[in-house]
Amino acid sequence: MPSNAAIRAKNITINILKYVLLIFSAFVALVPIVSLVNTAFKTEEEYANTNVMTLPENWLNFDNFITAWQQADMGRAFLNSFIILVCVLTGSVMISSMLAYVLNRFKFPGNGLIRNAFMIATLIPGIAAQVTVYQIMTSLHLVNSMPGYIILMMGTDVITIYIFLQFFENLSVSLDESAILDGCTYFGVFFKILLPLLKPAIVTSAILKGVGTYNEYYMANLYLQDKTKYQVVSTSLYVFSGPMGSQYNYICAGVIITIIPALIVFLLCQDQIYSGMAAGAVKG
Amino acid sequence: MSKPAAQAKPRKTFLQWCKSMRGQQIICTVTFLAVPLLLLFTFTYLPFFKMVEFSFFDMRYIGRREFVGLDNYIDVFTRDDCFQALKLSLYYMVGSVVQMAIALLFATILSFHVRGSKFFRGALYFPCLICGIAVGFIFKFFFTHGFVLDTLLSWVGFDVESLPYWLRDESINNIVLVACSVWKYVGQNIVMFIGAIASVDSTLYEAAEIDGANAWHRFKDIILPSIRTIVVLNLIISVSGALSAFEMPYVVTGGGFGTSTYFVIMDKLAHVDQKVGLASAMAIVLLALIMVVTFVQKRAEKWLDERDSRTPKAVVKADPNTAAQASSARPAHAE
Repeated sequence: MPSNAAIRAKNITINILKYVLLIFSAFVALVPIVSLVNTAFKTEEEYANTNVMTLPENWLNFDNFITAWQQADMGRAFLNSFIILVCVLTGSVMISSMLAYVLNRFKFPGNGLIRNAFMIATLIPGIAAQVTVYQIMTSLHLVNSMPGYIILMMGTDVITIYIFLQFFENLSVSLDESAILDGCTYFGVFFKILLPLLKPAIVTSAILKGVGTYNEYYMANLYLQDKTKYQVVSTSLYVFSGPMGSQYNYICAGVIITIIPALIVFLLCQDQIYSGMAAGAVKG
Repeated sequence: MSKPAAQAKPRKTFLQWCKSMRGQQIICTVTFLAVPLLLLFTFTYLPFFKMVEFSFFDMRYIGRREFVGLDNYIDVFTRDDCFQALKLSLYYMVGSVVQMAIALLFATILSFHVRGSKFFRGALYFPCLICGIAVGFIFKFFFTHGFVLDTLLSWVGFDVESLPYWLRDESINNIVLVACSVWKYVGQNIVMFIGAIASVDSTLYEAAEIDGANAWHRFKDIILPSIRTIVVLNLIISVSGALSAFEMPYVVTGGGFGTSTYFVIMDKLAHVDQKVGLASAMAIVLLALIMVVTFVQKRAEKWLDERDSRTPKAVVKADPNTAAQASSARPAHAE
């Protein structure tokens, strides 16, 4: 029989081990990101002559950020990303919530089939689909056009649909019924009664979809080929992979600029992101 | 919005029909479904059919094409750079097992009282909110010879000159890329598993504590059986994810130095070399593989469900849907 003291000693060891593990993992997770900050504040001369891990002399040297902003034309990139975000979010929230409303509230032949069609769609990896989507986009004249990219991004996002479906399941049908008794049409029920109640689901799915859209780079690179006109934040960083490939003082500054919006959204909306992840990931 | 079949009937009843609940319901269904189904068809199913079609042709995106029968499929299996590239997926499969293990460990730790748990969870989760291109630059910088990682290692006593070129040395660079992938995605699994663990009946822990169970027993006998379904499903999902591994080699090494996975090669064949037929055949072959994995997954899901219902444990949330609902409902209600 272990004595109480022995058990307590063991518990303390486990506790210490636990925190050592956590601190080490947080270190591993954050060092690659935080180490950029160091270099981003260094002057060109400092960058050339000091180790990447030595601290910069002047923490208020924002020259690299200004250069990176100009080189990557980030003003335009942020504007384009903003336009895309607004359109994609409005579109996908409307499309998904309407779809979920019909699938959840109405019984009709093909209901299950449609649900399955959306689920099976997730099996086709996006990169593979783009081999032929590219041809379709070309024949629709949607390559190198913002609306084309927006439509593509708005498309069928199962996680958003799933979040709405789940939310509708928890909204009582008696709400619809009483509204219809009061003379409301089905459209009225959806737009006047249910849509306002969907707010939490809208927020969750908009955050997840928003972060996803902001970070999307593969299709943006493929379909928005005119980099001077249509570049978005994620693809603006490509400027640095050419002849500027080793000027890490600018690159670090550029990368930090693109991360900041994601960081702000994350700090403000952690709970929604976590709950959305838990909902979407299991099904997706 | 118009329903031609209905219009054929006497005209004056059409308006009435529109106003009737049944008619309204049909109109509402059709209008609400039209756009999403059109998008689903155009960007998912049509591409799939085209993929099957293209895989029998020697073609570019624009211009003439030539029917070549099964030649593209033969190429996929005989060329050095196509099917062989799936070997690299083994690295990613091992990586996803490691990723699940790490995620389980931290989800368990973070599910119980820990100081600063919010910070630790955030730190581990944040990497998956960073844009892929940015991640590419972050790791190019991190692994450059003599830069961040080498400096850190030199602080703990390694000689920088003896360290390998992490991204160029073909004996290790794939492992490094897998590590990058784990770094980016492990947070997602942690968050999911925390959600699943939160749905375990907490009175069980108290009962176990009275019985003198330690942390390991609590994990092995209560937590693991309760969330087993989710863990197994995620494991299988990540196997098909490993087959289609793409992001890290694409953004970090650009597929150089022997890091080209199947999809990186397919992407290059399609969009750089414009061998659209061959790329389509590659996509079809991989899709078939994914179908097989998914089939296995469905069987496993069914098997686990049946097993769970045969041996009723007080805790078990056998159905992943209910577990997901429970976990996602929690924070929403906490608002």
